[in-house]
Amino acid sequence: MDFSELFKLSGLLGRFSPDGKCLASCVQFRLVVRDASTLQVLQLYTCLDQIQYIEWSSDSLFILCAMYKRGIVQVWSLEQPDWHCKIDEGSAGLVASCWSPDGRHILNTTEFHLRITVWSLCTKSVSYIKYPKACQQGIAFTKDGRYMAVAERRDCKDFISIFVCSDWQLLRHFDTETQDLFGIEWAPNGCVLAAWDTCLEYKILLYSLDGRLLSTYRAYEWSLGIKSIAWSPSSQFLAIGSYDEKVRILNHVTWKKITEFEHPATIANTKTIVYKEVEKSPSVETERLSLPPTRALASSLFSTHSKYNIPNAVWIWDIQKLKLFVVLEQLCAVQSFQWDPRQPRLAVCTGNSKVYLWSPAGCVAVQVPLEARAQTNSCSLTNCSVSAGDFQIVSLSWHASGDSMALLGKDNFCMCYLEREEIK
Amino acid sequence: MGDWKTITVPVLSSDSKNIFQYTSEKKISPSSMNSQVLRLPLPSSKTMHGFFSAFCTEENIEQSISYLDRELTTLGFPSIYAESKGKELNLISIINCMNELLVLQHKNLRAQEEIELQHLKLGSDMEHLQNCYAKLKEQLELSKREIVGLQERDRQLQSKNRNLHQLLKNEKDEVQKLQNIISSRATQYNHDMKRKEREYNKLKERLHQLVMNKKDKKIAMEVLNYVGRADGKRGAWRTDKTEARNEEEMYKVLLSDYEQRQKQLLVENAELKKVLQQMKKEIISLLPPQKQKPKERSEDGPVLSDLEEDIGELNKENMWELSCETVREQLTNSIRKQWRMLKNHVEKLDNQVSRVRSGALNEKDVISREDHELETEKLELEIQQCKEMIRTQQQLLQQQLMSPCDDDTTLILQDCYLLEERERLQEEWRLFREQKKNFEKERRSFTEAAIRLGLERKAFEEDRGTWLKQQFLSMSTDCKHSENVTAPSAFLGSSDQDNRLAISTSQQRKPHHMLSVPVSAESCQTTQYLTHNSSSAASKTPAGDSKPNQGVESDKEAVE
Repeated sequence: MDFSELFKLSGLLGRFSPDGKCLASCVQFRLVVRDASTLQVLQLYTCLDQIQYIEWSSDSLFILCAMYKRGIVQVWSLEQPDWHCKIDEGSAGLVASCWSPDGRHILNTTEFHLRITVWSLCTKSVSYIKYPKACQQGIAFTKDGRYMAVAERRDCKDFISIFVCSDWQLLRHFDTETQDLFGIEWAPNGCVLAAWDTCLEYKILLYSLDGRLLSTYRAYEWSLGIKSIAWSPSSQFLAIGSYDEKVRILNHVTWKKITEFEHPATIANTKTIVYKEVEKSPSVETERLSLPPTRALASSLFSTHSKYNIPNAVWIWDIQKLKLFVVLEQLCAVQSFQWDPRQPRLAVCTGNSKVYLWSPAGCVAVQVPLEARAQTNSCSLTNCSVSAGDFQIVSLSWHASGDSMALLGKDNFCMCYLEREEIK
Repeated sequence: MGDWKTITVPVLSSDSKNIFQYTSEKKISPSSMNSQVLRLPLPSSKTMHGFFSAFCTEENIEQSISYLDRELTTLGFPSIYAESKGKELNLISIINCMNELLVLQHKNLRAQEEIELQHLKLGSDMEHLQNCYAKLKEQLELSKREIVGLQERDRQLQSKNRNLHQLLKNEKDEVQKLQNIISSRATQYNHDMKRKEREYNKLKERLHQLVMNKKDKKIAMEVLNYVGRADGKRGAWRTDKTEARNEEEMYKVLLSDYEQRQKQLLVENAELKKVLQQMKKEIISLLPPQKQKPKERSEDGPVLSDLEEDIGELNKENMWELSCETVREQLTNSIRKQWRMLKNHVEKLDNQVSRVRSGALNEKDVISREDHELETEKLELEIQQCKEMIRTQQQLLQQQLMSPCDDDTTLILQDCYLLEERERLQEEWRLFREQKKNFEKERRSFTEAAIRLGLERKAFEEDRGTWLKQQFLSMSTDCKHSENVTAPSAFLGSSDQDNRLAISTSQQRKPHHMLSVPVSAESCQTTQYLTHNSSSAASKTPAGDSKPNQGVESDKEAVE
């Protein structure tokens, strides 16, 4: 494993381009685009204010930079550095901004979630979506980018609208039987939409693409409910993580629970492997789920991170056998983890300067080598004098090829290049 | 006895003193008698004497005697007088009376002793009882006190219990109250929430209006130039058509997804059915033939056979492609039945095995084992024999190969073999040589033909060239020329075309000047000359015979 030197970063805004060629990072109000393998600076753009959010367009030709305070979104082109585009929301304010799947429209959510404005980069048309819901995941695009589902709330009732992304035509509009819709997510096959209720009520609704309610699932009443969900890459399973420290898995044929996984503080089964970081430490809270990508063989693992009670552990479950496979116990609270896009390999970071990698072959913890040196480059962006221990990895993101990943800290980031292992 | 009164009668003997004492003591209460009883020593002679003299003195002898007599007779003793009247004392009767009195006294003493003993015993018993009584009284007192104490405690506990019950009730009531409060508050909050949300919505509307109304330059997008669409196409207007198309596409997506899923399920289904079929077949094969066990099968027999027949038929018809309920049920039912039978069979086998192990002789098995062993032995013998044969043969072979030409017989033998072989070989050689010759001939002819062809081609090309030139010239000049030119060629060509066609393979369009017919016959025999003069050979064939081919004429001469 090789590590690059540290570069400056602000706001944890380090993103790989979808085609894997470039890496965009933000330093205050500047956007730096580097080559993904050599980390050479390809482009440098200056925005009007501190950047709060960046996103690549799907074809990797444009980047949008959102500045919420000023209510401005600036779009930069990689092909033509001279090209510029500025969207000013003015008095409407800006709360969120994202690309449409075709990479030619920008959806801005105005302040107070008054409306979502769809700005087009091809035409002079502007569309508005009224009454969007102010929830965690209010907008969801299908994987193929054809349809967009938006959560809305009118007259104290929740609705979902499905739009066709090609011409922004409203396809379906239906109400949901939720108290307070919390989030929506498409299945990877684009035919089923999962909508779940606020955490005060455990309820998840599954809608077909044409708006029919396929099924409802309630595990229990009264206690706190769903925290997060994750679809399996083949759309066959839906994993629901809840506040009662359990993960329930539904299958796509009957939408009934196949199994539930518990996250006890002590593991009784002797077949699970527990990787512990040198010292042990207990602790407490809820769950985040993520499923790895499928290969030719069936997807076999997904990991859950239990926060309410054990924020130091990452639990890896084997879906083929439906049982707990591995538990990784860390010293500090796990900040984030992500699956390798190509192989069953998990990278975990816990807020110190180590990165942890797990694969079915074993587990390894690597300390990022830090050198306190001043760069001789003229570009001030690459100047970085950091002493060991200052670099705290808070988030990480894999490159699309699975060969490298970006480790993001509060003020810096660095790239980690992995050796190509033989693909099993 | 009645009260004995104290009589101041003088006492006569020591005995009367006792009596006196005794009588005086009769009045005393029984309790004091106890204490007095013990004081019963034999009276001392002195006191006795004193008392004795008190009853009878010299003055009242007769009175005392008569008194005594009276007393004795009342007691039942005979009179002490000699006769009924008289003053003479019967000494014998007096002595008898005295004896009787003594005996009586002894008896009385004994009785007294006994009574005193009893008295003592009773006294001690009484004491004992009194003690017990006292103790019991104490115990009673104690237990009474205890009871009182316990009662007190019981009362206290009961009161505590009541208090606690009361408290519990109070708490429950409170809880109920609180729950009511909570629910009412929850509804209240919900109402409030709804109200606030409506207010908020109103605010949003207002704000929205404001924002929309302003329409200031602020809300705008500045672009250097508009970018083309990602897919390169132009944007389309939104019409009903597009709506319909979108709907269609959506349904297509859904349908394709469903179809895919259905396909997967079908494939899975088919695989599972195949597996079931295989299992069924294997189970059937594992089960012993039906003849041996008619009893068991009698019940299932006809049913099974029917089922199996049906299923057999269905199998032939590719049952697994049918998916109706009844077929599925049949398959699963038949498998279940057969599995049950297999299970029974296996259980029976297990029982048999266990029986054998436990020592019970089952002749069948024993014999079969023996047979099996015999067979194996036989086979082993056979194997050994074969091996030996192979070895001997090998040896023989080696001997034959290795043995030098020592013996004549072997030599002759070898020679015989060799002769045969030699003759054979020679024949083969002959054949081979003939074939070689033939091949060579053919090869030669082929080469000649090839050379001929080449020359022909060359000539033809030249011919063509000249002909074209002629044509061109004729066309560009007069028609006559062309006629003159063509006529002879045409004429010539027609007469000889038949021949040419018969002989040459690759015939060109234009007619060639032909040699006479005999030439054609000669061409076949040209092989002899070919080797010498390639050009001549080519020319002999009915190739182009026009002027350029001078060689033709020369060879013509040679031929003729």
